[in-house]
Amino acid sequence: MSSVKVTDLTKDYLIRDGLRRRRMRAVNKVSFELTPGRTVALVGESGSGKSTIAKLLTRLERPTSGTIDVLTDDGARVAGSAYRREVQMVFQDPFASLNPFHSVAHHIARPLRLHKRTQDAASTRSEVLAMLERVNLTPAEEMAERRPHELSGGQRQRVAIARALAPGAQVLIADEPVSMLDVSIRLGVLNLLGRLQRESRLAVLYITHDLATARHFSDDILVLHHGRVVERGPADAVILDPHHDYTKLLALSAPDPNRLGGVVRSTAPDRDAIDDSVCYDHHLGDWVPSGTQEVAA
Amino acid sequence: MARQPVLSVRDLTVIYETEQPVTAVRQASLELGRGEILGLAGESGCGKTTLAYAINRLHQPPARIAGGSVIFHDREGEDIDLLALKDEGLRQFRWSQLSMVFQGAMNSLNPVRTIGYQLDDTLKVHDGSLSRAQRKERAAEVLTRVGVDPVRLRSYPHELSGGMRQRVMIAMAMLLQPQIMIMDEPTTALDVVVQREILREILRLRDELDFAVIFITHDLPLLLEIADRIAVMYQGEIVELGTAQQVHQQAQHPYTRKLLGSFPSLTGSRSDFVRHGSAQERSA
Amino acid sequence: MTTSTPTDPPRPTGASVADSTLIAQESPAAPTAITGPGGPIAGPPPTPPPTPAAVPPAQPRRRGWRSLLPTMTPWLALGLTLVGLITLFGLIGPFLVGDPDTIRDIGLAGPTGENILGTTQTGQDVFSQLAFATRGSLQIGLIVGVLATVLSAFFGIYGAYLGGFADEAFSLLSNVFLVIPGLPLVIVISGFVPPESRGLWTIALVLALTSWAASARVLRAQTLSVRQRDYVSASQLSGERPWRVIVVEILPNLLPVLASQFVYAVIAAILGEAGLSFLGLGASNSSTLGTMLFYAQNGFALPLGAWWWFVPPGLIIALFGMGLSLINFSIDEIIDPRLKNARNARRLARTRKES
Repeated sequence: MSSVKVTDLTKDYLIRDGLRRRRMRAVNKVSFELTPGRTVALVGESGSGKSTIAKLLTRLERPTSGTIDVLTDDGARVAGSAYRREVQMVFQDPFASLNPFHSVAHHIARPLRLHKRTQDAASTRSEVLAMLERVNLTPAEEMAERRPHELSGGQRQRVAIARALAPGAQVLIADEPVSMLDVSIRLGVLNLLGRLQRESRLAVLYITHDLATARHFSDDILVLHHGRVVERGPADAVILDPHHDYTKLLALSAPDPNRLGGVVRSTAPDRDAIDDSVCYDHHLGDWVPSGTQEVAA
Repeated sequence: MARQPVLSVRDLTVIYETEQPVTAVRQASLELGRGEILGLAGESGCGKTTLAYAINRLHQPPARIAGGSVIFHDREGEDIDLLALKDEGLRQFRWSQLSMVFQGAMNSLNPVRTIGYQLDDTLKVHDGSLSRAQRKERAAEVLTRVGVDPVRLRSYPHELSGGMRQRVMIAMAMLLQPQIMIMDEPTTALDVVVQREILREILRLRDELDFAVIFITHDLPLLLEIADRIAVMYQGEIVELGTAQQVHQQAQHPYTRKLLGSFPSLTGSRSDFVRHGSAQERSA
Repeated sequence: MTTSTPTDPPRPTGASVADSTLIAQESPAAPTAITGPGGPIAGPPPTPPPTPAAVPPAQPRRRGWRSLLPTMTPWLALGLTLVGLITLFGLIGPFLVGDPDTIRDIGLAGPTGENILGTTQTGQDVFSQLAFATRGSLQIGLIVGVLATVLSAFFGIYGAYLGGFADEAFSLLSNVFLVIPGLPLVIVISGFVPPESRGLWTIALVLALTSWAASARVLRAQTLSVRQRDYVSASQLSGERPWRVIVVEILPNLLPVLASQFVYAVIAAILGEAGLSFLGLGASNSSTLGTMLFYAQNGFALPLGAWWWFVPPGLIIALFGMGLSLINFSIDEIIDPRLKNARNARRLARTRKES
């Protein structure tokens, strides 16, 4: 079991604007914890910084400031190549996340060999088949030999999940794992993730723009706006009883058959009047400041 | 249906002439009322986009219309058979009577021309009688209608946000006051908050200008919000066609119910989702 | 899936097969639940119609490496035949013909039964010269093609993958080589190197050095786009070493581009060498199609009307270049499948017109 402790995570990008360079703060002092067996949803629109957080957590980018600590059960910090084993990611686009030139088996076998989970070809093969069965890709023998273009979007995403779990990952970052899939198979993939999480007590960060699945699929929700967390708390509390204007706006904008006419006919908070500097914390039951107030130029 | 029809599609069949012909749309029939918003729902590959393009005869080989008819009922009471129109007639008909907002249309603006130039150009091509000043006035007017400040006429596409560009595309589709607009996933690439603004705009414009809309999307809850009637397409056929309320409350076809069940409710109870979900896990 | 083309055809990949069968599998669960009369549109179809989104099963699935091969078309067949025949001639020809340097007293004779392509001014057999010259030109083409491709792959792919300073430096280098005017530089270098040490390899090296830069730019652009893809990130994420990411994950996706650049480099090399030799700056003591043309020019073949002397080497260069270009067009279809769709559409339109 591993947990992740993220403290005051901040990421600035340098933007070239003609000859001048300007700093753009994509993530602003974000803190949260991922614990085994629990899912935290990171909700926000495009540009809110949620994908940047995924890249920081998977060490595809380095934070400007703040820390990300992956801790084992006895409190030891995970570092180096072990980090790669512990923290894995499921990408958004299943059509881009698998190499069209390699078979399904290759995608899962590589991380197994790389992290020495299996020693020889035979045990790798049987482990690959076992992984495929775990994600319901059957018959595994046949699926293993397929190429990505012979799979549907949902099947590809299952391969991507199997690949992420192959090194023995305990922490899973799912960056919009179903937004590119056909609607009728989305719930299936989410439920698969849910089952795997329960089976292996994974710590999951579910990144999405879809409030409804965030509510049903996660325990806690962080609402991200302009790189800052503006509301946080248990899933039902955040969605059913939003305090921050931005969360209210998001909730109102999502079409919901249970509340027809809500999206287009109701009046919503004015987007331009939204105050990012405060965050409502449902656990504390109070407002707290969010992010640094002054962004260095 | 109290509405007068503006478009009648009868048994339209579209075939892709690949090595083994594929029927992408099979005998689709629907009637679009004046000022009505008709939702066309379905998943990728179900033929909804093909159908929309075939209505406008914008389909390209290998797609071929194999049968059926598309009749446009003019405001003056004249009937036009779209499938029989010759090139010039079709060119005049398109955009002036029936315009389209494409999927990802906001990225189809020419990056090196101002918004104003592109609106002006569309006007010039379709209506040669307008003077320069009149064209400018008209362009400013449609932009104001979709909620974009006319000073933006001098802006280049990259200076506008995605939502703003999509509004410009809707303005461009409205430029010649068409009687029908076909919108193919016009908000899919946008964030929900922006989507909400655009949907409100479309509804308001429809009420003001009384054009009919065919709104294509995979997002059934969204259609329930804005459409008067909804057609559900599955494997090239229209399997369900009814008012939004009918579709929502008494869906006839199992596929429609499956589709409805794929969207967990934001505010509904949680157990609902879990029950639907576990049944579907294996099948995805 | 966003697409700029105004049609939404069923995706011609296995994905759509899987997608539709998947939906087909899922729906049968529901029919029992249907109550009510079931109008014309209500209720499931009595028998499942052939899935419209499905790709015809007759179309064979192109697996893995097979998908790298171009589709056979008449033009590709013509190209392969031309290149194959000329290569064969260059490989085997020299063993079957007599000594090309034997001087006879039948100078400048037209084609006869004995000398099927006639003789040169000094009575040498043009046909045997042609065989050796073809071999020489192919050798140059191959050496330069390989060298230029390796150079461009290194500077293009490796630089783009590393990014940052290495990329900037490699880019600058290839840009510098790109703006150097090729032929004049080659002439200058060949002019400086004394004729006795101006061997085949020297010329090949000079030609390779002046021709890799453009390919490197193309490969860099391609690599930058492939490097952005998620599967490369996923591979890095699982802890793969950089060289493995390049070779296993990125390189296969660049193979069609590499192949096309290689073919292009071979054409350019053969033409470049012919140009140099024609100017008398080619490799000494070697015989290529260019040197043949050089001697034909010096021997006043054109004014004397000795067409059998200069037409065959010219024709071989032209046909070989044409064959390689035809092959390249087919490779382009792998790189950009839209070209293939356009071709299929044209063919379809034609067959419809005929029927």
